[in-house]
Amino acid sequence: MADAALFEFLHTEMVAELWAHHSDPGPGGQKMSLSVLEGMGFRVGQALGERLPQETLAFREEVDILKFLCKDLWVAVFQKQMDSLRTNHQGTYVLQDDSFPLLIRMASGLQYLEEAPKFLAFTCGLLRGTLCILGIKSLVTASVASLPTCKFQVVIQKT
Amino acid sequence: MAVCVAVIAKENYPLYIRSIPTENELKFHYMVHTSLDVVDEKISAMGKALVDQRELYLGLLYPTEDYKVYGYVTNSKVKFVMVVDSSNTALRDNEIRSMFRKLHNSYTDVMCNPFYNPGDRIQSRAFDSMVTSMMIQVC
Repeated sequence: MADAALFEFLHTEMVAELWAHHSDPGPGGQKMSLSVLEGMGFRVGQALGERLPQETLAFREEVDILKFLCKDLWVAVFQKQMDSLRTNHQGTYVLQDDSFPLLIRMASGLQYLEEAPKFLAFTCGLLRGTLCILGIKSLVTASVASLPTCKFQVVIQKT
Repeated sequence: MAVCVAVIAKENYPLYIRSIPTENELKFHYMVHTSLDVVDEKISAMGKALVDQRELYLGLLYPTEDYKVYGYVTNSKVKFVMVVDSSNTALRDNEIRSMFRKLHNSYTDVMCNPFYNPGDRIQSRAFDSMVTSMMIQVC
């Protein structure tokens, strides 16, 4: 289906539009665009967190919810599963995608590395929103060492 | 046919509560409030059970002499509570389940509405009309 391509184009335009408004990109301006993108992802994540889980109460533990993110959520949004999930068993999880669909069309290697973070803000928000609606407060950051592989770090906030 | 329908947020405040117009609606609000304890008890009991299939439908929470109260919880810990008239020819379990399923689907639609902020009271007319279709005609 054309759904995947449509989402990719929409996402590219969202990033371009929010970046363009700050013709004077001081660090303050950049942060605001990223947080707007992250906020959008957050609201979408909340809606997906409500719609995607199946009929049964399947989440017995925190790690079940993370597995749901890696499998069901990723498949619904990006038509593939997350490639690896690691944890330090103390509330930090690292989700790694070896060929992230939103980055795969840009480059494969080190070209455009500085541009990559703004294309990950929406997805960080998406993860944070889904976790929030399933009952986990978290902080999600992303890092890219070489396109199109990227890592999302989820730190659970223990209150 | 339900006499009162309530949607309760994860933090245990009502997102939506509606009952058939009677002279003492407060008693329904009170019933829903007291049923929350039973819901919490059922959820924590389920958490300890090692059964693989933990259901969203909680079943009959408690019966009173005039009414029966049923509960349902979603994966996002939002609870639906329904009060039904006992004198009504006993509604089958399946019918209650299907009413809850409709409620869940409508709630999911409300969540996906970009004009709705999670945590606000539900003001969607579509949700209202779905609940109306589940409640008894009084007049």
